Amino acid sequence: MTTRHIISLLLENEAGALSRVAGLFSARGFNIETLTVAPTHDATLSRMTIVTSGTEAIIEQINKQLNKLVDVVQVKDITEGEHIERELVMIKISTAGLDCDQVRQIITEHEADVVDQQDDTCVIELLGNSEKINTLIAAMAQYPLLEVVRSGVSGIARGAEVLSI
Amino acid sequence: MELTGAEIITEFLKDEGVEYVFGYPGGAVLHIYDAIYRQDAVKHVLSRHEQGAVHAADGYARSNGKTGVVLVTSGPGATNAVTGIATAYMDSIPMVVITGQVPSPLIGNDAFQEVDTVGITRSCVKHNFLVTDVEELTETLKKAFIIASTGRPGPVVVDVPKDITGFKTEYSYPESIEIRSYTQFYHPPAEQITQAVEMVRAAQRPVLYTGGGVILGDAAAELSEFARMATIPVTNTSMGLGGYPATDKQFLGMLGMHGTYEANMAMHNTDLLIAVGARFDDRVTGNIEKFCPQAKIIHIDVDPSSISKNVQVDLPIVGCVKDVLSDMLVLLKQQPIAEEERLAPWWSEINEWRSEDCLAFKNDDGMIHPQHVLQELYKVTHGDAYICSDVGQHQMFAAQYYKFDKPRRWINSGGLGTMGFGLPAAMGAQFAHPDATVCTITGDGSIQMNIQELATCKEFGLPIKIINLNNGFLGMVRQWQEFFYERRYAEVTLEAQNQPDFVKLAEAYGHVGMRITNPDDVTSALEEAMAMKDKLVFMDFIINPEENVYPMVPAGAGLNEMILV
Ligand SMILES: Cc1ncc(C[n+]2csc(CCOP(=O)(O)OP(=O)(O)O)c2C)c(N)n1
Repeated sequence: MTTRHIISLLLENEAGALSRVAGLFSARGFNIETLTVAPTHDATLSRMTIVTSGTEAIIEQINKQLNKLVDVVQVKDITEGEHIERELVMIKISTAGLDCDQVRQIITEHEADVVDQQDDTCVIELLGNSEKINTLIAAMAQYPLLEVVRSGVSGIARGAEVLSI
Repeated sequence: MELTGAEIITEFLKDEGVEYVFGYPGGAVLHIYDAIYRQDAVKHVLSRHEQGAVHAADGYARSNGKTGVVLVTSGPGATNAVTGIATAYMDSIPMVVITGQVPSPLIGNDAFQEVDTVGITRSCVKHNFLVTDVEELTETLKKAFIIASTGRPGPVVVDVPKDITGFKTEYSYPESIEIRSYTQFYHPPAEQITQAVEMVRAAQRPVLYTGGGVILGDAAAELSEFARMATIPVTNTSMGLGGYPATDKQFLGMLGMHGTYEANMAMHNTDLLIAVGARFDDRVTGNIEKFCPQAKIIHIDVDPSSISKNVQVDLPIVGCVKDVLSDMLVLLKQQPIAEEERLAPWWSEINEWRSEDCLAFKNDDGMIHPQHVLQELYKVTHGDAYICSDVGQHQMFAAQYYKFDKPRRWINSGGLGTMGFGLPAAMGAQFAHPDATVCTITGDGSIQMNIQELATCKEFGLPIKIINLNNGFLGMVRQWQEFFYERRYAEVTLEAQNQPDFVKLAEAYGHVGMRITNPDDVTSALEEAMAMKDKLVFMDFIINPEENVYPMVPAGAGLNEMILV
């Protein structure tokens, strides 16, 4: 059975580290739904979050193969425990000739915000887990969507659990 | 001491204890070659093609356990090295490859002889580095040697831009270096070891299936002691040959696609498979759905990612195979039990399979049969030669008919299956063991893939014995076409009139050539060649053109469904 996992990594902040991880996924045919990476408070380390899916055996291989990469310092499948998952989406729609009340209602229902409003376009923003974001996008699909920009998932474990060296 | 980057490289190699560097010069490594010229601690071996240099370093490493070292130039030097690097990677061979790179300011500009070496090699190295600052050079080289030789070994590429080799900085040799993101060593978990020993004691039909990890991890002695104490039958993968003495009565031979009947039947019927430093390669398992249907599996390996990759195991044990086997032995010895009696029914079943005599072959039709050549070679060399093989039928015949009693004597490209490996690998083995008998087993196809190395052999006086099993075909491919494509022999014929005269070719390179066409001459020819201690002898054996390798497990079949003859 295929399940969705969020894998957090601490990586050496080295040129090439990102391509090692990305290369591993493509070379071994592992699936990547989203991948995000950014520096941490420790300048020598980056934090990466990968959302992937696979059978239990594949997820185990992904974890092991990631651990084997020399630039990878720590690997943690945060979906194994309580965790927080966040993704940002920005949706630009064309508002020309739209029923704005109806749109506004969808925005309120989904707890999204309008962050840019022009004559003919507007940008809607939502922060949440991927499910929430999928639901908003689905609800908006009836309108002329000009752009949908997702940040990819970031995740962190709840409680005392930390990923550190 | 203030040195240039180039001098740091040679000084570091000396301090690291490197005896030989196998390489080929070019523009980007001119400074380094100048530094090599100005010292004599590290010897350089000039191959005639970069692939040859890498395979030679590989053969050196396989035959003595040290890290092989290669130096090549940027661009085509690096790309020519890639096949050799991938070969070493697939078989987990410790190797450091220093590649020249265009000067740092030119990187990314499509400069002359620029390729993205780090990018190209990423998926076939254990790790790679691009040195961006001369201050980091020493540390990077040290890291490269540590990573290449510890844990599950593998090749590491260090790409050094030309300008870095000209800059100066302080040098001192670092004895050790911390790499925080790299685990060198796993302590074998006591709990799993106890559990493993309990499983061994409960098994009725156990099998030890062992691979290259036993050779690389120097665990042959522990494996033998363990197997004998528990009276468990042992089968080896092609990479594992020599890990357990082939002449021992508990040895079942090689397993897998061209394994013995007894080994494959034992695998199919075992109730406890103990995999040691082996990785369940598809050439070994056959159809994975039909693999070891009745077995519980214990898997001992240094590399956690090898475990449960192809086959789900019941008890994983991560650790050096040497340590794990030693720990298991301690427990076995504490409470010896009468294994021999308990396993008697299993052994009698195995002896039934053995009586099939699956490696018997026809040898009375006036043709030379490759099996016969290998058997005679075994006798003439007293089973003590370093046998370096190319890839094809001859490789399988060598694995089946030369009995390896010691580790590191059987040197072949198991994982990548690289034709052209045999001759340069033998050069490396001969450098590592100057007084030993070193043979290349090859075919008329493979030998031509790195034939230029005959010149390197001449230059260094390497007395390799080349056994060319000349069947006029790319034999292994022909065999598949015979079995599975109704004998449509597409592009596999190497007709005699289009082939070089190998005797003359050997002579042209300054060596001795022999052609053997009569089966009665096989033994005497081998003896004559071996007696020429200081000469390379190229022995061209004209063999049965359509010999097949048996037994064979066809693609998609289980190990118990093999074709015997
Ligand atoms: C570099 C490379 N190219 C192609 C192959 C595919 N291949 C495997 S065995 C073989 C035939 C080898 O012929 P030869 O060396 O004459 O040995 P024989 O099988 O006849 O003993 C070929 C082409 C390979 N293994 N390596």
